[in-house]
Amino acid sequence: MTTAVERTAAAPVPGAGPAPAAARRPPAEDARRPLWQRVAFVAALTGASVIFMLPFVWLVGASLRPREYVFAPGFLPVPFAPGNYTEAWSAAPLLTWLFNSVVVGVAAAAAVTISSAWVAFGFAYFRFPGRDLLFGLVLATMMLPFAVTMIPTYLIWSELRLTDTQVPLWAGNLFGSAFYIFLLRQFLLSLPREYFEAARVDGASYPQLFWKLAFPLIRPALLVAFVFEFKASWTDLMKPLIYLRNEELFTLPRGLKVVLDRFGYGGEQQWEVVLAGSVIATVPMIILFFLAQRHFVEGIATTGRKG
Amino acid sequence: MASTATAPPAPGRRRRTPLARREARWAYLFLAPWIIGFLAFTAGPMIASAWLSFTEYDVINPPEYTGLDNYRELMADPQVARSLGNTVYYTALHVPLVMAISLGLALLLKRVGRWQGFFRTVFYLPVMTPAVAVGILFLLLLNTQDGLINRGLALVGIEGPSWTTDPDWVMPGIVLMSLWSLGSTVIIYLAALQNVPRDLYEAASIDGAGAWARFRHVTLPMISGALFFTLIVNTIASLQMFTEVYTMYFGNRETQNRFNSDAASFYVIHLFQEAFQFLHMGYASAMAWLLFVIILVVTLVQVKLSNRFVFYEGEDR
Repeated sequence: MTTAVERTAAAPVPGAGPAPAAARRPPAEDARRPLWQRVAFVAALTGASVIFMLPFVWLVGASLRPREYVFAPGFLPVPFAPGNYTEAWSAAPLLTWLFNSVVVGVAAAAAVTISSAWVAFGFAYFRFPGRDLLFGLVLATMMLPFAVTMIPTYLIWSELRLTDTQVPLWAGNLFGSAFYIFLLRQFLLSLPREYFEAARVDGASYPQLFWKLAFPLIRPALLVAFVFEFKASWTDLMKPLIYLRNEELFTLPRGLKVVLDRFGYGGEQQWEVVLAGSVIATVPMIILFFLAQRHFVEGIATTGRKG
Repeated sequence: MASTATAPPAPGRRRRTPLARREARWAYLFLAPWIIGFLAFTAGPMIASAWLSFTEYDVINPPEYTGLDNYRELMADPQVARSLGNTVYYTALHVPLVMAISLGLALLLKRVGRWQGFFRTVFYLPVMTPAVAVGILFLLLLNTQDGLINRGLALVGIEGPSWTTDPDWVMPGIVLMSLWSLGSTVIIYLAALQNVPRDLYEAASIDGAGAWARFRHVTLPMISGALFFTLIVNTIASLQMFTEVYTMYFGNRETQNRFNSDAASFYVIHLFQEAFQFLHMGYASAMAWLLFVIILVVTLVQVKLSNRFVFYEGEDR
């Protein structure tokens, strides 16, 4: 790895970098630097990368070791104990929780993406009295801490007899969310208005403008919204803590917390089960990142969303 | 004087065509989901929560009006003071460290050519890790005898502290954990750095500016918008820290007593426990409003400060 880094550091290939700025950089820039600077650069980059990757390496390695070796020094899964995973699988209903997380995540992400796009179209396409004031209100809600609305929101779901169901974990998303409305409106505003005017002249209704024209055109932004919300839902612990009692309904983070309390400190001290469970909860997110890397990076860079 | 009934529409008032009115009707139809959601899940709950904060309410019995009692109790509650103090301490360490380290990493990444995507992924993957898994992982990495971190410190001859059990070291341990997940800030800075026009550096070099002078007088002003933005976002987020710490130290009767959880108490964790474990809904609502006021004040101060430091170059942010 180091040699490849050295090579690229010494002579960046114009146009090969994923960011346009990398293409603009004259290739000679780093070659002009003194040797010690190039060495220091490679050392710093490699060192930082190793530090950031070690926790993952340890997690995977330790999850594959027998119980008495979990805290042994070293990173490698020696002795090798893949049976930890089947043990974890039978010790806790991980498959059920995995399935719940996928269902809740897809429902939450689909609901927020479609509803936010619908609302964003309203803000982007129409001119009407009070529009800017309302949009300001949308942005203002982003500032509100979750804690302020948390208790009355719980009381609403409890009044509707929907606590201890998964509905409160995603149904609030049916009404759009400020961050995504903002993001999708930006994308919609960048589309030429003539597209829509032409379709209007051809007799398209407003919902048709939205479904047939706007929706396909802003697909990349819709994917950004979808993957962000899916990740947010997959990671969330607070809502499942508030709303779910029945273990059968738990999502993975909620289940993992139970696994920690049952098999970790103060419990059975079967850390291999806890670690295998953590890997199982993490792997889908890593896969999601590699599938949708572009959308994550784009979403963060353009909106400054905190992961 | 003409009677008002027969007067033509006042000239200041625009006449709205039927088409415009039809458009406005459709516009509100598009906004309807958000408006309904806003009333039901934001404005309504805000009013309810403000009202509950003046009551005693345990969900089972109807709320009982107690005036300012909750707020008075709040000011004298040592638990609230402790958790708020911890939260502020954490924020004061976490935010500057995240910003400084992220900027360093972004500056490194900016110089990487073809492999930039790879290294960006390296720094971002921890952000993808579910917060509960991060809490579990660091509970073990921070372990006094067998944890990876103290083993690493031992290699350079330092005897690591009891990160998870010594009350004085619990908070630094949590800060250390939080630094692992700074990838989004790195990506924001990298994007900002790549937007700095190259000719500014060239002009500065021609004027005789060294590396430090270029960083101080070109880079920093040009990315000050991003710095300011991450300052606000990271501050708001860290004042509401919950999941990782709750996973590590709370919610388990055994460990909650064993591991001095006072030292790990964060404001939102305390609020959550008051609301959903002790069912002090009125008191927790008062706590929530205090948090809201704190966040508002902190953000306003930061915005005021930024007007002095942030350089806006006619960009459409």
